[in-house]
Amino acid sequence: MKGRDVRNQTAKAAVLVAAGALVLAACGTNKTESGGGGGGQASCDQSKGTLVVGVISPLTGELSALGKGIENSTRLAVDQANEKCAVKGYKLAVDAQDDQKNPTLGAQAATKLSTDPNVVGVVGTLNSSVAQSVQPILAQKKILQISPANTNDTLTKGKDFATAPKRQFDTYFRTCTVDSLQGPTAADYLTKKAGKKAIAIVTDGLTYGEGLADEVTKQAQKNGAKVVTREKVGEKDTDFSGVIAKIKPTNPDALFFGGQYPQAGPLSKQLKNAGINIPVMGGDGIFDDKFIELGGKDGDLATSVGAPTESLDSAKAFVEAYKAKNYKEGFSAYGAFSYDAANAIIGSLATTLNGGDWSDSKRADLLTNVGKYKSGGATGEIAFDQYGDSTNKVLTVYQVSSGKWSAVETTG
Amino acid sequence: MTTLLQQIANGLVLGATIGLIALGYTMVYGIIQLINFAHGEVFMVGTFGGLATFRWILPSGIKSQWYLALPLMLLGGVIVAVVIAVIMERFAYRPLRNAPRLAPLITAIGVSFFLQEAIRVWFPNADSAQPFPLVFIDAQVRIGDISVSASGVLLIAVSIVLSVLLTQYVSRSRMGRAMRAISQDPDTARLMGVNPDRVIVLTFILGAALAGVGGVLYGSYITNVDNSIGFQNGIFAFTAAVLGGIGNLRGAVIGAFIIGLIKTLGGQYLPGGSSYDYVWIFLVLILVLVFRPQGLFGEAERVRA
Repeated sequence: MKGRDVRNQTAKAAVLVAAGALVLAACGTNKTESGGGGGGQASCDQSKGTLVVGVISPLTGELSALGKGIENSTRLAVDQANEKCAVKGYKLAVDAQDDQKNPTLGAQAATKLSTDPNVVGVVGTLNSSVAQSVQPILAQKKILQISPANTNDTLTKGKDFATAPKRQFDTYFRTCTVDSLQGPTAADYLTKKAGKKAIAIVTDGLTYGEGLADEVTKQAQKNGAKVVTREKVGEKDTDFSGVIAKIKPTNPDALFFGGQYPQAGPLSKQLKNAGINIPVMGGDGIFDDKFIELGGKDGDLATSVGAPTESLDSAKAFVEAYKAKNYKEGFSAYGAFSYDAANAIIGSLATTLNGGDWSDSKRADLLTNVGKYKSGGATGEIAFDQYGDSTNKVLTVYQVSSGKWSAVETTG
Repeated sequence: MTTLLQQIANGLVLGATIGLIALGYTMVYGIIQLINFAHGEVFMVGTFGGLATFRWILPSGIKSQWYLALPLMLLGGVIVAVVIAVIMERFAYRPLRNAPRLAPLITAIGVSFFLQEAIRVWFPNADSAQPFPLVFIDAQVRIGDISVSASGVLLIAVSIVLSVLLTQYVSRSRMGRAMRAISQDPDTARLMGVNPDRVIVLTFILGAALAGVGGVLYGSYITNVDNSIGFQNGIFAFTAAVLGGIGNLRGAVIGAFIIGLIKTLGGQYLPGGSSYDYVWIFLVLILVLVFRPQGLFGEAERVRA
């Protein structure tokens, strides 16, 4: 009998360990890729040392396609600045930190960057949920942060962004637009242009997906369409048959997914396999070639921030320069926004220093100068309003046709 | 009614997947009282083994003929899973055979992380999700209004057949008797001429082979795989094994189907919907551990693998 007692205890201990492992899994590894971005020219005066532009984005894991695009585009901007001697007396470098779309890792990355006195600003994050944990850490040290991709409204204007907007962090800016514009654009397209009447909504439960889905719901109902059901899927789910079976009897004619492509792609495919032939629509989080590779089908839709990068005149130089660098990964949905974010940091830094020396006391001036920053960028005119939001409100609706994303409508 | 049946069908497919993994958990536990947390990763590695076979070994002419491609991929997945399991047993667990219980348990978690990261770093592009070919017939099996993909039906069938075969093997064959002997009393079994090392390795091999089969079939059912699929399914499988009474083969399979059904039916009918389905699974586990710590079949059946 003693033997069995021991076994039962082991089983119980194992349950505890399993619970612990679940928590641990959320952390994963912390892979660091640091520095060494700027191939500075000998002709520039770099006698005062190196200043660092930080990057916080998912460099590994399922969103690495987007994250690497952010990192590479930042590196491109920094390399160009070094070639042009944009900041007198200093060499610029990139320190890219991996957040694996995980708020805890994002906080670690932000802490790490904030202990380096040479970090002038940070480009990132990709995920709104990660931004929530990164913002306060950087703000505490007055470190400038410009996100190329966070579209959640509350990050700049707070919880009551529609009625009583209040600036959250004076260190935080973004070059992309927000969900309160993106959601309605998506809903308008679905209900007015595509004539959908019954929309099913599925989210991944994260900050971005939930916020976007709320905006879509509001606008779709305003336009007279019905939201027939709203479901949530797990972040790590791969088998959506349960949710699909739940959606099926509600007979939707379109599905809006608030989340990102690692779930959206398979969901689209499994919907089709289950005999539900309706388009899946998502926001900028599913606008990636990987969505199609993972199962996104012809007819699926996405809104994304800005005008199509490849077609924008102001973006052509960026696209060419990016190609010339032969990065392993494409610039993805947020490349141009990251490039503009990095340039806003560098440009404002040059204005702030104006030939002088960098020190912590310059951070306040740097923030003021970013607020006043105005320049032509890869995504159009780059400037920020009093909340830190981009003044660029352009959105584009894309559709998958013949296995590729193509722009169908640009608004704003 | 249609929805209920459809969710039951979905639950059975999930249960079949979990069952194939849970058998490995429960067998290893039955023999050496080790909760092999890396077993979920063996399943994942098997999936990637099948994927590698498809990508780099199968000639392109065969790829579209499932009756050739699928068995070869299964073979590839099983070989990879078995090799990994044998290495794992030899270098990670055997040196700790006489160490305190907690040491191999922690080692198992270490091995689990190692395998996850190894795939992410060394398998080309596996740092993000990879499409897995739908090798089996691309069709839906329809019974009335409910439909399940052919791959899902195959998964259920294979899972049931393999669990029956395994139970028979353990209760009828010479090697199965040796396994049960080691499980009951390793020292006496050794005196009777049973070689424990051989039996333990065989246990790992059997468990890994089942996980490998499960991994490849699951991959072609889901058609998207990444290095974390083993973790989640592994936790479910472990839960299933505990639920059914760890060490008990039949219990593991029944536990797996119960968990599959709780997940889909709980997501459909219980408050909170699909966002709370995990809650119900672990709630049931806690209740079972409180009121019946030995698991559902832990006492009644003494057939230990």
